[in-house]
Amino acid sequence: MKTFGGPAICLDRSDINTDEIIPARYLTENSKEALKPYILEDLNLAGFDSASEELKEARVIVTRANFGCGSSREHAVWVFEVNGINVVVAESFARIFRQNMFNCGMLAIELQKEDIDRIMALGAGLRVEVDLEHNVLTAVNRDHELAFTFTLNPFDRELVKAGGWLPYADKKY
Amino acid sequence: MGKTIAQKIFAAHTRDNPSPGNVVLDLDVVMCHEITTPIAINDLVARGMDRVFDPDKIKVVIDHVTPSKDTKTATQAKILREWAHRRKIRDFFDVGANGVCHALFPEKGFIRPGYTVIMGDSHTCTHGAFGAFAAGVGTTDLEVGILKGVCSFRTPETLRVNLTGKLPKGVYAKDVILRVIKELTVNGATDKVMEFRGEVVEAMSMESRMTLCNMAIEAGGTSGICLPDRVTAEYLWPFISGDYATIDEAVADFSRWHSDQDAVYTGEFNLDVSNLAPQVTWGYKPDEVKDVTELEGTRIDQVYMGSCTNGRIEDLREAVKIIAGRKIAEGVRGILSPATPAVFNQALAEGIIQQFMAAGFCVTNPTCGACLGMSTGVLAPGEVCASTTNRNFNGRMGKGGMVHLMSPLTAAVAAVAGQITDPRPFLD
Repeated sequence: MKTFGGPAICLDRSDINTDEIIPARYLTENSKEALKPYILEDLNLAGFDSASEELKEARVIVTRANFGCGSSREHAVWVFEVNGINVVVAESFARIFRQNMFNCGMLAIELQKEDIDRIMALGAGLRVEVDLEHNVLTAVNRDHELAFTFTLNPFDRELVKAGGWLPYADKKY
Repeated sequence: MGKTIAQKIFAAHTRDNPSPGNVVLDLDVVMCHEITTPIAINDLVARGMDRVFDPDKIKVVIDHVTPSKDTKTATQAKILREWAHRRKIRDFFDVGANGVCHALFPEKGFIRPGYTVIMGDSHTCTHGAFGAFAAGVGTTDLEVGILKGVCSFRTPETLRVNLTGKLPKGVYAKDVILRVIKELTVNGATDKVMEFRGEVVEAMSMESRMTLCNMAIEAGGTSGICLPDRVTAEYLWPFISGDYATIDEAVADFSRWHSDQDAVYTGEFNLDVSNLAPQVTWGYKPDEVKDVTELEGTRIDQVYMGSCTNGRIEDLREAVKIIAGRKIAEGVRGILSPATPAVFNQALAEGIIQQFMAAGFCVTNPTCGACLGMSTGVLAPGEVCASTTNRNFNGRMGKGGMVHLMSPLTAAVAAVAGQITDPRPFLD
């Protein structure tokens, strides 16, 4: 199975919508790769720079409630995928975005608000590693290490294992 | 234990239960447009799986940017068009016959009570107005839907939304749903079906029910849904008269989908609409809603009338009550986008289009266009739009632009006043 984790970036706001993740004006692209430069271009978050090195290096996003609300565009998942991000950790997700993540074999992990607070408090140099076998998410910076257990819907886990919904469904239906 | 309408539809369509709480449903309709389908088509071709589960259950339209505005959008349209021909999909709507998907497909009679419907478009929840389970999905779900005719969902929990009282003059389904979203918040219905019940819904036309269900996603809902009744049967009659001897018979048959008296809901939300004022959004989230009186005087640059929320003939008829004999305020641009060719034709026949043009409106062909900032009315930074659409996200209609969502009547009054204005005094 793929490994999940790496340098993480925190987006400390709830209700980040798919228009902010990838604006509609880029939905005319017919390849996932073409979306790459436009990641989070319209994100409305003080101090956030979509051209930053921190975002370029990020493999994990840590964020708040109702992440990925709005449009059904899977482009919001693909733009993460082509930028090397395959885990989003949030207090909660919008349904379609969450399903799109698992359908692409990527991880949408929910943690309690208090846990997200603690991860975000770690600040600069944050890394998040996901141990799918033991359901443990580890957040580390230079001085601290925090571990959290998470639960994954068994079906969503199967999708990740299969590499997404298409290979899963093709085999089974 | 009784079942809700959503649970009944799920029970009738269950192909598989891959794990507790997850259901794979057989699909009755898979709908496709040119923004989210071409990547699925390309992927199927690349995998050597360029097939469809049933060409008659796939409905295809080019609607988001049409006629195409540049090479990229023309290429998307071409991919969809060639695929529809190649896979022998008969219900394909191209330039000249196309319109906004969630207005066009109901008009064609494609949606029936008890159906399961998906589309790569979040406002697919609109079709719940017919007593169907209709949900917006991503491209991978769409791709598997096209190929296998199935889609996975979590077992539906239902939030019962009871709408009581009588709608005051100048207040519509749009105002009701904006108020519901304000109270529930943008994730108040996440992973839930919103079942709209009560005398207000029963008194609504199919057009109004579609407006109501259209915005269920803005509260996070998986789908909106109404119980199919005589209004549903009358709307669908041209398409179902071969299946039933009388409308009464259709109504009786539809009632098998109704939620049982002892159905279990995960929550209830009550709203008495009798004193509801026209509602308008003020921020960048659809739950940031105020009474119109609190936003009066907000200056606008553009009015946009159209979309899958409010581009139907009923909407235009309400708006023209204000537009007729008046002019758009100086410095304001008015754009009318009838949602389908049938709406356009009907509005022409009733003189509505002419009245809008006389007032100074530009009338576009049916398209999603400006609603998501793609074409035919994109805002410049700093500009403000009074819009009958469904999303006010930051930059939605153009980077740096501001969108205020409202009913067609409130938008019409904003057009002639040049600012957000209480429409009710205009009706006296």
